[in-house]
Amino acid sequence: MRILRLVLRRLSLSIPCLGIILAVLFFLLQLAPGDAVDALIGQMGTSDDTLSKLLRSYYGLDGSVVAQFTGYLGRLVTLDLGLSVAYGTPVLALILERLPVTVVLMVTSMAMAFTAGCVVGVIAARYVHRWPDTIISVLGMLVYSMPSFWFGLMAIVLFAVTLGWLPAGGISDLRAGHTGLALMLDMAKHLVMPALTLGLIFFAVYLRVMRTAMLEVMTLDFMRTARAKGLQERAVLFRHALRNALLPMVTIAGLQASSMLGGAVVVESVFSLPGLGRLAQEAVVQRDLNMLLGITVMSSVLVIVVNLVIDIIYAKLDPRIDVGA
Amino acid sequence: MRALRRYASSSAALIGLVLLLMVIGMAVSAGWLFPDDPLSLAGAPLTPPFTEEGLPLGTDSVGRDIAAQIFHGARVSLLVGVVATGIAIGIGILVGAVSGYFGGATDAALMRLTEAFQTVPSFILLLMLVVIFGSEVTTLALVIGAVSWTAPARLTRAEFLTLRSRDFVQSCRTLGMPHARIIFLEILPSALPPVIVYVSVVMALAILQESALAFLGLSDPNIASWGNLIGDGRRVLRSAWYVAALPGLAIIVTVLAISLVGQGVNDLLNPRLGRR
Repeated sequence: MRILRLVLRRLSLSIPCLGIILAVLFFLLQLAPGDAVDALIGQMGTSDDTLSKLLRSYYGLDGSVVAQFTGYLGRLVTLDLGLSVAYGTPVLALILERLPVTVVLMVTSMAMAFTAGCVVGVIAARYVHRWPDTIISVLGMLVYSMPSFWFGLMAIVLFAVTLGWLPAGGISDLRAGHTGLALMLDMAKHLVMPALTLGLIFFAVYLRVMRTAMLEVMTLDFMRTARAKGLQERAVLFRHALRNALLPMVTIAGLQASSMLGGAVVVESVFSLPGLGRLAQEAVVQRDLNMLLGITVMSSVLVIVVNLVIDIIYAKLDPRIDVGA
Repeated sequence: MRALRRYASSSAALIGLVLLLMVIGMAVSAGWLFPDDPLSLAGAPLTPPFTEEGLPLGTDSVGRDIAAQIFHGARVSLLVGVVATGIAIGIGILVGAVSGYFGGATDAALMRLTEAFQTVPSFILLLMLVVIFGSEVTTLALVIGAVSWTAPARLTRAEFLTLRSRDFVQSCRTLGMPHARIIFLEILPSALPPVIVYVSVVMALAILQESALAFLGLSDPNIASWGNLIGDGRRVLRSAWYVAALPGLAIIVTVLAISLVGQGVNDLLNPRLGRR
């Protein structure tokens, strides 16, 4: 019940947020040279005035700006994202077809980065200002400065080209024609490097947050109590400190959701994964503004959903959090 | 002078400063070390590094000098970094200051706007802006700045929220000072230190974003930039991985230098928070 109220409250906050996003995007579209019809006509290679007039009234592009905006809002709210200029098929279908890969990639890399960040962060905090901490901090800095696509390329050189352990790109080996479990395993193998690449930057962020949070928690009174009552250091660290230090980690995970989706665009391109990000890149190359608009809206919705899930996790972790808070 | 000595007492900050000066040196000296167009042909395609005199880092898949492209690329990265950061911090301070100072409905409206911008993945928004406004390098710097202002805005707002009820602000109000003067001349100087520290984060991200756009082939193709070179090297990755590797190292050094300097400045401005 508490969770349900939290979800409802969150959703009521997300709707105005989505409204602002749509308004800003509409404003941006007004600035674009030419509209969807110009793009369609250009694609068809004709310049027929009556046809463009017909298309404009069909898409509702001949009314006033206000009428256009309400029409645009109405279409987006009903998830009618229009046709892709480049593909000639509905944008929504294209997006839904590509979405699973991106979601799997995001969830895997987030889980990997989160877990690794926790473990390494705890180690750094445990040995604060001693050599393990220094090494971890330096490595974290280096990783943070690395462009993800560059790391991805270097990983391909090492693991795919030189060692031949992992496939260099794609989502599955089409020639092998795997089915069922074998296909799942093959896909997992194809996802190892992309997930590592995307997760790496976020690992550096989580690691730093975890270290700070652990150090913060370790100064609190209940930690001294735990030690005073004779608990072993391991129990103090994992049972008492870790659980409390996880809260800021979960918050950061929520904040990172949108930049992770942005990072997925680049990583999917490096590893030729057929995901949302790759679709976005193709849309840019083909100047398919309608598709880009759809992708932007859908990825914002995805970010809102991820944040909602994270809020629920947060509420589960910390029972003090209530609807009003 | 004392501040300088304190800055220099941290070896990480010092290393960062040296690296940053090195990158700036590369950008400055690019013109007379490599006076020719860095995108002109300089030798046989795919000459490996350290094998030919005059081509210290070899050539790319077309035969263009990699060293020249890296030196000239430093200009692009620094230009994009500085311009984008200036814009992002400018917008961020304006939004955050107005929001935190006035509070109430203004604050609520501006914070909803900030949240909206934080929800849209900024890289995808960037792609859209590139399609609409084009991918000239100055345009790129502007649009990268235009999607990076949210964190500085939140930071400035938080500072203003704590400062606006202080006595010195109250007395300014009693004196009848105009709002703009209170915001920018009275409160802003005290609110600035944490925002200044954040400059390094924004700049590092801006440089990374430009390189990512260029890598995807969505940046200005007519300039020598690190991302462009990596994108080119990707096509010959199997046979000549060094073409992609070398400019990547330049990006890492630059971003690392900026982060280290930022941390050094942070320890300097917020001595209580440092040394943790």
